Amino acid sequence: MERQAVQRAKEAFLSGRTRPLEFRLQQLHALQRMITEKEAEISTALKQDLNRSQYDTPLLELIGIENEIKLALEKLREWAAPRSVERSLFTISDEVYVQPEPLGVVLIIGAWNYPWAVTLQPLVGAIAAGNAAVVKPSELSEHSSLLLQALLPRYLDKDLYPVVTGGVSETQELLRLRFDHVFYTGSSTVGKLVMAAAARHLTPVTLELGGKSPCYIDKDCEIRVACRRITWGKFVNCGQTCIAPDFILCEPCIQGRVVECLRLTLLEFYGADPKSSPDYGRIINKHHFSRIMGLMEGYTPVVGGQSDASQRYIVLKDVPPHSRLMQEEIFGPLLPIVTVSDMDDAIRFVNEREKPLALYIFCSDKKATKRMIEETSSGGVTVNDVMMHYTLSSLPFGGVGESGMGHYHGKHTFDQLSHQRACLIRSLRMENVNLARYPPQDRRRARKVQMALRSPMIDMSKRTFVWAVTATIIGVGLFITLLVILLIASGLNCTCWYWRGFYN
Amino acid sequence: METQSQVVARLRSAFGSGVTIPVAFRLNQLSELMSMITDNEEQILVALHKDLGKPKFEAIMSEVDIVVNELHHAIANLSSWIQPDYVSKNLATKLDDCFVRREALGVVLIIGPWNYPLHLLLLPLVSAIAAGNCAAIKPSEVSAHTDQLMAELIPKYLSQDCYTVVRGGAEETTTLLLNRFDHIFYTGSQTVARIILQAAAVHLTPVTLELGGKCPCFIYGRVNIAAAARRLAWSKFFNAGQSCVAPDYVLCSPATRDALLPELRQTLEEFYSRDPQTSPDLSRIVSARHWTRLMALLKRSAGEVVLGGESDQQDKYIAPTVLVGVAEDDALMAEEIFGPILPIITVESLEDGIAFINRQEKPLALYVFSDEAAVVNTVLEKTSSGGFCSNDGIIHMCLPTLPFGGVGASGFGSYHGRWGFETFSHRRAVMLRGWTLERLNGLRYPPYREDKLSWLRWTMSAKSSCSIM
Repeated sequence: MERQAVQRAKEAFLSGRTRPLEFRLQQLHALQRMITEKEAEISTALKQDLNRSQYDTPLLELIGIENEIKLALEKLREWAAPRSVERSLFTISDEVYVQPEPLGVVLIIGAWNYPWAVTLQPLVGAIAAGNAAVVKPSELSEHSSLLLQALLPRYLDKDLYPVVTGGVSETQELLRLRFDHVFYTGSSTVGKLVMAAAARHLTPVTLELGGKSPCYIDKDCEIRVACRRITWGKFVNCGQTCIAPDFILCEPCIQGRVVECLRLTLLEFYGADPKSSPDYGRIINKHHFSRIMGLMEGYTPVVGGQSDASQRYIVLKDVPPHSRLMQEEIFGPLLPIVTVSDMDDAIRFVNEREKPLALYIFCSDKKATKRMIEETSSGGVTVNDVMMHYTLSSLPFGGVGESGMGHYHGKHTFDQLSHQRACLIRSLRMENVNLARYPPQDRRRARKVQMALRSPMIDMSKRTFVWAVTATIIGVGLFITLLVILLIASGLNCTCWYWRGFYN
Repeated sequence: METQSQVVARLRSAFGSGVTIPVAFRLNQLSELMSMITDNEEQILVALHKDLGKPKFEAIMSEVDIVVNELHHAIANLSSWIQPDYVSKNLATKLDDCFVRREALGVVLIIGPWNYPLHLLLLPLVSAIAAGNCAAIKPSEVSAHTDQLMAELIPKYLSQDCYTVVRGGAEETTTLLLNRFDHIFYTGSQTVARIILQAAAVHLTPVTLELGGKCPCFIYGRVNIAAAARRLAWSKFFNAGQSCVAPDYVLCSPATRDALLPELRQTLEEFYSRDPQTSPDLSRIVSARHWTRLMALLKRSAGEVVLGGESDQQDKYIAPTVLVGVAEDDALMAEEIFGPILPIITVESLEDGIAFINRQEKPLALYVFSDEAAVVNTVLEKTSSGGFCSNDGIIHMCLPTLPFGGVGASGFGSYHGRWGFETFSHRRAVMLRGWTLERLNGLRYPPYREDKLSWLRWTMSAKSSCSIM
């Protein structure tokens, strides 16, 4: 069944109908309509999957997708246009440019924590770049997955963008087939399997994985504000966010204050009984619930800790760095605090571990912040806040090392899912210029070719041309002014020639 | 003798010390690399001649000069490449500093092939150094003299802690791949590429694959056949056809073929004289194994040899050979030729030619010879390839401003110039926020309300960026 869907998508792509920009724009408009018209249904599905509040849905999922679509609609012509590059003396009369082209059929494997955002945002880029796309939403967010399967064919081209649902075996079946790019969002463990499967077909992959995103709180920063921002980022979607601050690093002297601020903020956000708050989410399923409860074993929470079949928030302090809690990505509403002696200690702590998807630094000292950024590595960084670098589509979003490879959002998705084809358009005229490069070779000929190829790059773009003309005009103008000044200074009164006629 | 793991560990600790990060260090190493090439040009030419019978002109143009050009380009532009990119912001982030930093990845592995053993090994190294990485450099053992020379010269000029040559054959490469790298850059064949990708998947290491393929050369419509023949012959028989971007086969109409053959004959005579084996301007096949492979291909082919066909096993020599009457299922069409054998396949129309090309795997390069712009544009639009060049061959890869890389079976990723720098860098998104405007932030905190949501939508929409500022 998967095979047929992929085959149809391939044939639909080869028919060439995704090439015209009008078609892509039309599909993007349709996707936009789907989001707007079906917001209520999507909210309901998310409530069933993750107990998302009706405000969380637009905030966390739909605004992002809408912005991506709007940006693509506005900029597609610009993105898809050929880009001229600088040329050498040898190619001065040729057309030299890079042409973005579609790759073919892209496989998008979504995750369950933001089932709409992480599936549809890559889809926007895939459509904009002119590809066909097979969408495989996560089976764990069951209601969203089934809804997507019902809705997408009603709005988008059925053959080009099929939705394939199913579990592990269906995904494995899909990965046996050949795609032109695989875009996977999920865990590092499965990421390795996806890359290995794609390797068989030499298929490039984009992997948006996770990791333990550290959150360093400097002792001299605005702790109250910091804790409010961290609380929001950590406990939204019940901690099930790839870029959620996974754990806090701070000095022992402020640990008490941090705990207190977190407690106050949690009360502010969710009230005394978070279970009854409409704004507090739930763990996706029993398996993850048991996993998170298991991580907590042996620790006494300083804030929260209650749980039942759904989950409560938990803050833990003085967590030792080598505990089980610190070995895997928490992906839940469990916030450990690990103490470090100072910023250098924190930098060492971060560097001893795998490169995370995001690094958060709360610090008022610009120099110290700069140093921490320079001495660590991560997918992205937000300073004095959490997760916000994700929301700006002009910033490339992606991981490094264990947290993934490739980037997306905005134009970056378009570029990631396109092939940048180098084009050199020459003509067969002026063949005598070329004669020097052919055998039989001698020193004189060789030198000619060397000089032509060694020349520095010449920028023939319009902008440079405009600058050149403007600079020339200004230069000439200044020169004339200088001449006039010199003439006047040397005693010649030029203007009297004009007035002589007037007075006489 | 250090083991491979020890080498990698040493490179990693050198990277960890931060020594490769300052621009001054990178520029210094790039200058040293330049000195290495210019000081030892004679030795390099001798090694290349021993490995491939490479004529001095080809060696200088396609090995020495191309690396030197790339070095000049990198040295001149490095300070602008490493500058952070400030990006456009929405209303919510208007007061923040939002930019993209280019950061080094860490320890990279560069595996070079044997056909341009200097160029295809050192060009990626230039980008790796420019991007601030440490590198394990694995030259191809097939081009043995160049391999030996690189192992001698590189430690004399470059920092031994940061850039180490690792030698060996298939077995050593397999064990080398068990180590963890932060990027692997491989130039070579598809079979080995699969093995490398599998090994990389274990560590989630990103990879750049520069593979090959059968690069079609489509000659169609009104065309200056003499000029076309000359450029075609030059690109095909350069390095005796052992280039990943050499035109592999020709597609044309029967009439064009009939016009092309006498021109090719004349051109080959001009280039290499009546007895190409005596010409100093023709390379040799790299090894006995590849010579045998090519001779076997010729034998299995059902085509008719109309030009060349002579060979000499001792000398690893094959004359520039042209065949006609080759069909799509011929032995010569089953694999990348990678030798001085040029099949000419006839097609009846432009559409047939395009359909033929599209039935094969996406090649690394696609060539069209035609004086009609419409023909060139149609082929360009209806096909896909790593790169495209009309009315010439190979030359598109000499420009450091064009990305050089494949698509589909010809590979992924690209390099040359700034593209190489980006390949070996991590683009880190950075957002520096302040403590103020916490009330604006308040819109996103629970408890949620409808009015908060509408305000938030407005501040985060892309449109709100242009109006005021």
